Amino acid sequence: MTVREVSRFESSLDAAGVAATRVEAADLADALDRLVEPPAVGVPLGIDGVSLDETVVETPPTPRRLKRAETGVTPVAAGVVEHGTFVLRSDANGSEPVSLYPPTHVGVVRASDLHADFTAAFDELEGSLAGGESAILATGASATADMGELVHGVHGPRTVRAVLVEDR
Amino acid sequence: MSGESTRAAKAARIRALLETEGDAVHENTTHLNRVRYEANAAGGDIDALRAEARAIKEDAIERLPELVERVRETVAANGGEVYVADDAADANAYIERVCDDADADSVVKSKSMTTEELGVNDALLDAGVDVHETDLGEFVVQVADEAPSHLVGPAIHKSREEITALFNEVFDPDVPLETAADLTRFARDHVGERIERADVGMTGANFVLADSGSIALVTNEGNARKCAVTPDTHVAVAGVEKLLPSAADLPPFAELIAKAAGGQDVATYLSLLTPPVDSPTIDFDAPDEPLGDPADRSFHLVLVDNGRLDMREDDQLRETLYCIRCGACGNSCANFQHVGGHAFGGETYTGGIATGWEAGIRGEDATDDFNDLCTGCSRCVDACPVEIDIPWINTVVRDRRNRGADPDAFDHLVSGLTPDDDPAGVDLQKRLFGNFGTLARLGSETAPLSNWLSRRAPVRAAMDRWLGVDRRRDLPTFERETLADWFAARDPLPSAGTADRAAVLYPDAYTNYALTERGKAAVRTLEVLGVDVTLAPCHESGRAPLSQGMIETARTQAERVSDALAPALDDGRDVVVVEPSDVAMFRGEYEKLLDDATHERLAANSYEIMEYVYGLLENGADADALVGGDDVAYHGHCQQRTLDLAGYTEAVLRRAGHDVVTSDVECCGMAGSFGYKSEYYELSMDVGADLREQFERPDAAGRRVAASGASCHEQLLALAFDGVPHPVELVAPGGR
Repeated sequence: MTVREVSRFESSLDAAGVAATRVEAADLADALDRLVEPPAVGVPLGIDGVSLDETVVETPPTPRRLKRAETGVTPVAAGVVEHGTFVLRSDANGSEPVSLYPPTHVGVVRASDLHADFTAAFDELEGSLAGGESAILATGASATADMGELVHGVHGPRTVRAVLVEDR
Repeated sequence: MSGESTRAAKAARIRALLETEGDAVHENTTHLNRVRYEANAAGGDIDALRAEARAIKEDAIERLPELVERVRETVAANGGEVYVADDAADANAYIERVCDDADADSVVKSKSMTTEELGVNDALLDAGVDVHETDLGEFVVQVADEAPSHLVGPAIHKSREEITALFNEVFDPDVPLETAADLTRFARDHVGERIERADVGMTGANFVLADSGSIALVTNEGNARKCAVTPDTHVAVAGVEKLLPSAADLPPFAELIAKAAGGQDVATYLSLLTPPVDSPTIDFDAPDEPLGDPADRSFHLVLVDNGRLDMREDDQLRETLYCIRCGACGNSCANFQHVGGHAFGGETYTGGIATGWEAGIRGEDATDDFNDLCTGCSRCVDACPVEIDIPWINTVVRDRRNRGADPDAFDHLVSGLTPDDDPAGVDLQKRLFGNFGTLARLGSETAPLSNWLSRRAPVRAAMDRWLGVDRRRDLPTFERETLADWFAARDPLPSAGTADRAAVLYPDAYTNYALTERGKAAVRTLEVLGVDVTLAPCHESGRAPLSQGMIETARTQAERVSDALAPALDDGRDVVVVEPSDVAMFRGEYEKLLDDATHERLAANSYEIMEYVYGLLENGADADALVGGDDVAYHGHCQQRTLDLAGYTEAVLRRAGHDVVTSDVECCGMAGSFGYKSEYYELSMDVGADLREQFERPDAAGRRVAASGASCHEQLLALAFDGVPHPVELVAPGGR
């Protein structure tokens, strides 16, 4: 991914109301401690050399942690540059509920995992869905206008943050 | 007569909704409509995406039986079950069995119009299973014990204040709720507890992907995600028409649906679930245990036929199946913006597309109460992300109902007056408006007596009572000298024929018999720009009968018009049309009324008058020959806007030297005959009030108001504007 695409992804995230922070893999654990409002619950990020055990983020998720946590930390399988979208895998670790239940979701996305647009993202998703996997394309915070005006934070998170890991 | 009392009851019902729900519906739908325009303007080639989405849907419905078989295999291979339900009872019985097998006493649901169609909630409650809606709009409607009023925003008819009062009364919270944030937090917590405890989660599906057995859910709140992933058992209920071949077909829909529905770039959540999903189960009764084994999940996909496979065989209703339930047809509809889905909708579905859905699912008679609210203005055609010709579906169903209804006892009284080709079942009011051309000719032949008569109170009372023509409406004033008389008795302007174009002007009945000045202005304008002009005979285009669902009469008229214009086309003349609704007929509906070659030739060579003038100016004609200098407030005609023709009028007015501001309401409310009808007069005037309000704003107030459509002209007069010329009258040189 080019630097330009990462910047475009950041501006799309910004348009979707998602604040982004760039970090290098080696600094990820420290960055999470700075960014995460505890109590936090998480699932393994799948990035070499990074363990949530070194952070304030509690693992594994339990029902109580899902309900109590202010923040949920999950990997983001890919980002869609055009819309500032997270592709979240419904994995057995619990990325789906951890990204859904707490009021704040911190998604960790590798800068090398960006797709330009939905068409590119679906090219890859077509294979993984056929393989039985599931994914959520999440863009910004949950919202409703059903109560007479726009309110963020309904059944899903009120605040979404992106941590972009620059892995060379 | 029953017609009169039916009309009075309908008027009363509409009046009541205008008073109770109208304001909230108007605020919400016009907001959604505005943000849809903004979102569509902001990014990409929307029309290319719409064409792509349309083609995918056409292909999928064509291949539907094969896709059903495919998804049976793939879902089974994934470890789920597919049940194809013939009808609502069949679907509900299956869902009850699933709940029974899961020992369920409570179900949480995300928003699903298909489950509304089935009446799942009542069926489950009867079976002793509690059902909780989790979409906050559906939750409001469930608490209020009302029906959804909109495909996407079920509670769009309620203001925040009303929801606040409802919640405070029903739930009596310790601290009374006040703001939208209060209401949202309260509803989320209330619903959230039910999600944690539920045994079964039920969702709809916006799309079902046959190749992988996946479902796609488009949501903003996140409730569908929770319903699908929290209880161990997931039931997804979808119409069979939701099937698409594969994930590769989704991108255009992912781009379009949220823009069309709510002006969002994309929806917050697009869930692509291949159930049973790999996410761990969640048992809130064991709060400190790690999450559970995904293998404990079960999944049922209920595909609902309930009339859809018959719709697939119906050449006219088929495209209803392409609908992705975005609600844009309602939001873009002037009538819907004022009354909402409780008037403009059937038992389940709302807005313009409701006629297709309700006719297909419950039968054509299920549309009788609301079908007439589609005036054919066509604004939804541009709004629909899959290019469904929604007005045509409404016209077809109206036509079928005309044929199915009992012949009216009074029909023979007017059979001489209304020599149409439609069956005796057409009611008197429809027949009257469907034969406007004949009436206009008689009105002109007998003017000024006809005009005097039409202003007599006893006459108007009788027309109101027997014919359903509202007595509060002024009727058109007919001219004794028709446009044809005038044209035959004059010499062309000296400049006529100096340019390299020859045109035949098509005079609609309004232009020929009533608003003759706009016809004269059109002739003079064309001639001063050098065009050689002939006048076609005044035959009706078929617009009037078509709007009443009298398709055969419209077809006969279309054939007569095309025969009458053929010699001029053979001579290389361009067809120039003053009335936008008629040029829309030539280009649009004639495709369905005439053979392809005839339609294509006429469509390709027909021009709206100001479009044609624009073309002349672009090709070297001198704009100085036109008259300018006024400050104009211009209202484009709805069908003209759908054809992207209104811009030419604005451009010509400006090039002639006028200063122009334009309205952006979807329709003036008159919509041909609609506003004349006793049962719809008040709605028509309520819709018109939006236009009046725009033209009373500081940037428009005091300007000369102009409109392209004859019925827009009548409506603007009724809204207390003066004169209201056609724009061509503002640029035409003087003289005879």
